[in-house]
Amino acid sequence: MTRYLELQLVEQAIITLAAMILVTSFALLGQSRVVATIRTFAWQGWLLALTTALVAWDIGHPHLYVSALLTAILKGALIPWLLTRQARQLGILRDVDSIVRPGITLLIASALVVFCYSVALPIGQLVEGVTRDVVAISLANVMLGMFMLVIRRKAVTQVVGFMALENGIFFAAVAATQGMPMVVELGVAFDVLVAVVLFGVIFFHIRESIESLDVDALNRLSEGEK
Amino acid sequence: MIALGWTLLFPLLGALILGWLAKPNAASLLNIATSAVGVMASFVLALQVLASGPIGGGLFYIDAFNVYLIALTALVGFTTAIFSRPYMTHELEQGRIGTGRLRLYHASFQGFLFTMQLALSTNNLGIMWVALEGATLATVLLVSLYRTPESVEAAWKYFILCGVGIAQALFGTVLLYLAASQAIPDADDALLWTELYRHAAELEPSVMGIAFVFLMVGYGTKVGLVPLHNWLPDAHSEGPTPMSAVLSGLLLNVALYALVRVKMLVDGSLAGETVHNPNLAGYLMMGFGMLSFIVAGLFLHRQRDIKRLFSYSSIEHMGLMTFAFGLGGPLATFGALLHMTVHSLTKSAIFVTVGHASQIAGTQSMERIRGLISTQPSVGWGLLIGTVAIAGFPPFGVFTSEFLLLSATMEAWPWLTIPLLVGIAVAFSGLFRHLQPMVFGAKPPSQDALKVNMLPVYIHLFLVLWLGLAIPGFIAGWFDQVTQLITGRGLL
Repeated sequence: MTRYLELQLVEQAIITLAAMILVTSFALLGQSRVVATIRTFAWQGWLLALTTALVAWDIGHPHLYVSALLTAILKGALIPWLLTRQARQLGILRDVDSIVRPGITLLIASALVVFCYSVALPIGQLVEGVTRDVVAISLANVMLGMFMLVIRRKAVTQVVGFMALENGIFFAAVAATQGMPMVVELGVAFDVLVAVVLFGVIFFHIRESIESLDVDALNRLSEGEK
Repeated sequence: MIALGWTLLFPLLGALILGWLAKPNAASLLNIATSAVGVMASFVLALQVLASGPIGGGLFYIDAFNVYLIALTALVGFTTAIFSRPYMTHELEQGRIGTGRLRLYHASFQGFLFTMQLALSTNNLGIMWVALEGATLATVLLVSLYRTPESVEAAWKYFILCGVGIAQALFGTVLLYLAASQAIPDADDALLWTELYRHAAELEPSVMGIAFVFLMVGYGTKVGLVPLHNWLPDAHSEGPTPMSAVLSGLLLNVALYALVRVKMLVDGSLAGETVHNPNLAGYLMMGFGMLSFIVAGLFLHRQRDIKRLFSYSSIEHMGLMTFAFGLGGPLATFGALLHMTVHSLTKSAIFVTVGHASQIAGTQSMERIRGLISTQPSVGWGLLIGTVAIAGFPPFGVFTSEFLLLSATMEAWPWLTIPLLVGIAVAFSGLFRHLQPMVFGAKPPSQDALKVNMLPVYIHLFLVLWLGLAIPGFIAGWFDQVTQLITGRGLL
């Protein structure tokens, strides 16, 4: 604990923000309304952008500012806006996608975080500077995003889980390696953007063909009974 | 370098133009023409690399390993484009798709070929990831092309499962970058294959081990390894058949290529003395590969849909290749490379005939496909011979490669030949119990011959037969170069 108190203000801020990103991941798991889920995801995007910018300032990596800007535009604004728009057009913005057993779900999520800390130990040792403590949190975000994908039953909230998972990976790149080479980051951002647009197209296909956006209704293809 | 430019540029241009071209006939001809240029350019590229060694080193890097897959990708892309002309015309006439969707189909087809060639030719591990994810994005609307509830469900599964899977690979790439940026001074070069291989021994083994697990899960999903294979039979069976042919023949190969490249790197890093388990990558690949091989072979027996049947057969063969690359050693690697080639040629030929067969019968359900030989001998015999080839009968190439793989296993892990042999037998019976009634027997009254183009099948099966009877000297030398590249030792 004392170690953290000796850090500079900006480094303390980075760690606090990282913790808040983890909190948004938990919030994403617990939210039941579609609109609230998307809003929480936008918050996560802004926090991520802010953390990236602070890391850039702390270690003096100018190209991270570009990543921060990209994250803010893409994850903070554009993707939430697209998802909200699609959800409104489909008329599911106010729908509820509640998780079945919140207590157990959150317990499993906590266990996942602990697991991530143990996996991240050898990785953290390679990382220099303040972001060493953040690697485990980024891995936890990846795992929680995957977990969200597993427990969610609506197509839209699953996509939010998918994007949160991508946020976790981006966060890991910032925390562990001060960002990926620019050309790769741009490529990944492009893929993510195209993916959101295509998800939107598929939402409408699902709506047309099964008249619902519950993924439980997607159950025609399975082995055996066909 | 010019040849490489053409290989990449033409599919990209094709995708852009075909997205706007509204005339079905002209579009399908342009699709063939674009792919034909791609084949010629890739062959020129292959000859250049074989004559004067690896080229590139900045953004692109072409050595014997990837140039062989580039040529194979271009070839299968070209023959599938030939097949898709009569196939899609028939679908258009049947009213299953409109001209708008045909445009989408052509643009996606060329876009997919572009991402494949980009993933193969790039020197950057990160760009390779971007291209492989791009391949999912390019094909996801092809899976749901018919807009039936089943096809939309398959597209959703494909998108989510492959997306999540490949996200794991991105995380693995980040970890690998972490290890690499410690050893390679210039951070912008730290994801280049050329730099990574030069510094392989200096990469931190503990991080590389974790990175490999993530990359294995990620790219393994795309290879279709059990238990990450659920998307594969759905996506193959619900989309248009030319897409099944290129998914099975190309996408799975390219994903496996990514995995093998990473394995080469991890092996180099784990080779030190202090490492707990230097063969981690190989063992993981052997385990996943063997599991996929056995499970997919068993699943062949309970299929009802003809395209699902052959997609499970793809999983089985990809499992075998993954196992062989994991086994390592020159013999197994040589066999696996040969198997990659013959499998993708044979499987795409099979999907071509399956496409025609299901159009003739008007269904993909195997219980209702009957009497193909008496209805249309070329399709019936094509399916029969293709299946004989894929099941591993001599004199076809699959027999040769499976024989090499069995010998390699016998050398290194004698006990493992037993499950391999049992698996081959199980898969054989699984294929033939369904095949017999489909090709033989009387022709149902309402079933008529269609206008088909069997040229791709003839070309592919001829090549597979040739590789089975006598591998031409220059191809054997080529595979041997690749084997040297992967294992450090040649076979010949």
